[in-house]
Formats: sequence, structure tokens, C-alpha cells
Amino acid sequence: MQERIIYFDHAATTPLKKEVLDEMMPYLTEQYGNPSTIYKLGREAKKAIELARERVAKALNAEVQEIFFTSGGTESNNWALKGVAFANKDKGKHIITTTIEHHAVLHPLKYLEGLGFEVTYVPVEPNGIVDPQKIKEAIRNDTILISVMLANNEIGTIQPVKEIAKIAKEKGIIIHTDAVQAVGQIPVDVKDLGVDLLSLSAHKFYGPKGVGALYIKKGTKIHPFSHGGAQERNRRAGTENVAGIVGLGKAIELATQNLSEYAAKLQKLRDKLIDGVLSKIDYVRLNGDRYNRLPNNANFSFEFIEGESLLLMLDMKGIAASSGSACTSGSLDPSHVLLAIGLEHEVAHGSLRITLGEDNTEEDIDYLLEVLPDIVSRLREMSPLYEKVKKGGN
Amino acid sequence: MYSEKVLDHFMNPRNVGEIEDANGVAQVGNPKCGDIMKMYLKIENGIIVDAKFKTFGCGAAVATSSMATEMVKGKTIEEALQITNKAVAQALDGLPANKLHCSVLAEEAIKAAIEDYLSKQKSKNTN
Repeated sequence: MQERIIYFDHAATTPLKKEVLDEMMPYLTEQYGNPSTIYKLGREAKKAIELARERVAKALNAEVQEIFFTSGGTESNNWALKGVAFANKDKGKHIITTTIEHHAVLHPLKYLEGLGFEVTYVPVEPNGIVDPQKIKEAIRNDTILISVMLANNEIGTIQPVKEIAKIAKEKGIIIHTDAVQAVGQIPVDVKDLGVDLLSLSAHKFYGPKGVGALYIKKGTKIHPFSHGGAQERNRRAGTENVAGIVGLGKAIELATQNLSEYAAKLQKLRDKLIDGVLSKIDYVRLNGDRYNRLPNNANFSFEFIEGESLLLMLDMKGIAASSGSACTSGSLDPSHVLLAIGLEHEVAHGSLRITLGEDNTEEDIDYLLEVLPDIVSRLREMSPLYEKVKKGGN
Repeated sequence: MYSEKVLDHFMNPRNVGEIEDANGVAQVGNPKCGDIMKMYLKIENGIIVDAKFKTFGCGAAVATSSMATEMVKGKTIEEALQITNKAVAQALDGLPANKLHCSVLAEEAIKAAIEDYLSKQKSKNTN
């Protein structure tokens, strides 16, 4: 039995980098001061937070005062959507998004619908990319906010956020992007994108869990996230997660320093994986655009089999991956993203997401390409859906 | 989340396949929900002498199919009809709460395959 775990689920989370932990460690031990206090112990903690803020601002090409620390991507998205909706409700009640957003965007929007806001969910094209023209057509006189993710968490497709931001600006509409999957994978520059708000999460780029940031462009009308102390310039009350914030700062610095080299390495592995799977296995499709996708993402659907079974068999071989099947999501429906790009339910159930990271090697891909065809055919032999195909002479 | 027994029946499923001369066959479930079970029974003199299955579904669906076919073998039709989803789940040392519907599918598959057998017998007798 394989001892080493081959980790192919970097879109779920990444391991913490040693250099990041080293910078965090003092703030988990002797540097325990509350950053809101005036003595040295507190001032040191405050200084560390501000250094992290500078690093995040630099990585995103933002101003330091435009970076606000949060507990992660979900909080950043909740804050952006609810905060803008509440602060601009006198201007209008209409919000535009896409059908492939993360639940951390879709569910806050559902909540806002319950409060009387109206949301248009613009469908994406079969390649998993939204057409900016369709966003434009959805705009109404009372549209106050557009939220479109920069890269999809399941199929990795990169969305034309820059074009959409341009459309939003022409109409004076606030534009938010969920960049949780994009930061650390592709260049993210808030000025170039032209967005007003951008969400990110540290643990997606080798930082710690439980910390993220929201970029809020100066002048954007938004309510505070929480009320209490004066932390984060009165906009996000609560004692700061000092060690986490320090970790975020270091992680984003490292991620942006080595970005092109990192992305090139992963893209090469990804292409080898995609070519290998498509040539070795029948009745398989690649979900999402072949080229306009994150360098670390491959998402396949294998017909006639179910994703959780596939994950369990891969797990027995020491491989950790993910699926959009209902059984892995805890609901009866498969991934809303795979349904949104037009997959039949049964094909969506048979999906496999492989997301690569810096610990992956060519040998890992070779190993996956060696075991995957056998697993797929074993599950197909067991599947009543495959019988017809076999008997049909294929 | 899965018991050792579920994992064992998933990795080494008993009775996978088809029975050429099965006289009770039924398919239950629905591809939309991601679970389909096809059950083949061979029944002689009111006793289930062989059972096989094919399943499209998650680990729990495969394991419950495997366990259900083990449980019906050698039983009379009446005894097999008494098998509940609870009994199948218990025989597997339990299932996670969100997977209990898979055991319902196993119970349904047994019942539907027996019904198929009974209706075939009936039409044979009336001919």
C-alpha cells in the first residue's frame, strides 16, 4: 500500500508554508499583546498587522487603507454583498451575479432576496465563462451591485472581470469580485481589474486558515461588517487575529513573488494530466474551458460512475481529490456549477476535480494516470448505466 | 465517516454482476440523485438461490447493495420481504445519517425484484 499521500485538492486548502509559520510563531507565543493597547507589547502587535497590510496592498496594487482583514473568504464575501446592499438600498435593490458563484456568494444573496433585494443570476456559456454582454443586458436602473468571481473554484475558469468592471463603471454600479481561488494562481491587480471590492483567503495560497481580506476601494459606500471596537478603522470590530494576519501577509508576499514560475510549473503538470486522462479513458469530458482556466485546475466527468465512489477508491491508493457529486456535498443535487455549464445530473455526479500545488510532481501525475483508468473501469463494470453502452457494441 | 464494514463491502463488493437466467430483476433509484441499483434474483421453489447486483452510486450505495444481496441469499421470498433498510444498515455497522437513503434503496431493490418475479409467475400461471 502507498504510504505517501498525494494531495490533489489545493483548491480546498493548501499546507502552511514553513516560512509563513516562522513569521507567525512569535505572535502565537511571546508577542501576545492586544494591538489596541498602547504599551510596547501591543504596539509590536499593531506594527505586525500594519506590515501585513502593506504586503497585501502591494500584492494587489492597492492602497494600504483599502485593505481590511477578515476571518476568510466567506466573511469577505458576506461583508461585501450585505454591506454594499444595505448601504445603497436607497439607490436601488437590484444585484447581478452569475450561476457559478461559490455558495459564500450565492447564499448571502439568497438572504438578501429574503429582505426584499432582487438578484439576477446570469447563466454562463458551456465553457464555464460568463459573457459580459449578458451582464450588461441584465443591468436595470436600480442595479446597485455586480458580483462576479475572478476564477471558479470547481472548474477553474477565469471570468472576464475587467470587462465587466468597465461596464459597471460606465453605469456607476459597484463591482465586487470573489478572488479567493485566483490570488496566488494568476496576477491580481485591483487597479487593472477596475473593481471596487475583492475577496481573498490566506489558506488558498499556503497561508493559515481563518484569515482573509477584503479590498474596499476608497469611496465605496459599504456598511461595517461588525460593530464594537474601533479595529479596522471602525469597519470590522473585534480583536484582530494577529498571528493569522501576519501569516496572510507573508503568504501573499511569497505567492506573488514566485507567481509566474509557480504557475508555469503547475500549468505544465495540468496539461500533462488533461492530455493523459482524455487519451487514456473513454466517455470522459473536461469541464470548463480547455485554456482559459487556472493553471492548477483540471475537472473531469466520467460517464456512468459516481464521484464519491471514485474518491474513495482514489483514497485507497493514497490520492486526495474532490468531486461535485451530491454525495460529497451533503445534498441530493450535484454541483450547481456543473449543472450550470449544461451537464446532465448523472454526468455531473461523476465528476473529479484535481487541483495541483507546489508539492506535486510529474511522478504524481504519472501515478494518477496509472491508477485512474483501472478505477474508472472497475466502477463502470459495476454500473448498470454502463451495460447499455457495452451491449450497444461500443 | 464510513465503518470498516462499509469500506470492506465497497472495496470488495460481494455478488457484483448479472445472473443470465434471473427470474426476478428490478432497477430502482434515479440518476438525478446519483443512485441506481439493479438487482438480479434467481428464485427456485420460493427460495432465493442466487442474487447479484449492479450499482451506480456512492460508497454507501455499493456497500448496501453488496450487503443486501448477501442477506437475501438462501432466504424464502417471505423472509426476504421482511428485510428492512434498518437491518441492512445495521449489518454494515451503521451508515452516516446523510447516507441512510442508500439503505432504503437496497430494501426497495429487493422488494421490486421479488415483485417482478411474482408478476412473471402470475402471468405464467394465467397463460
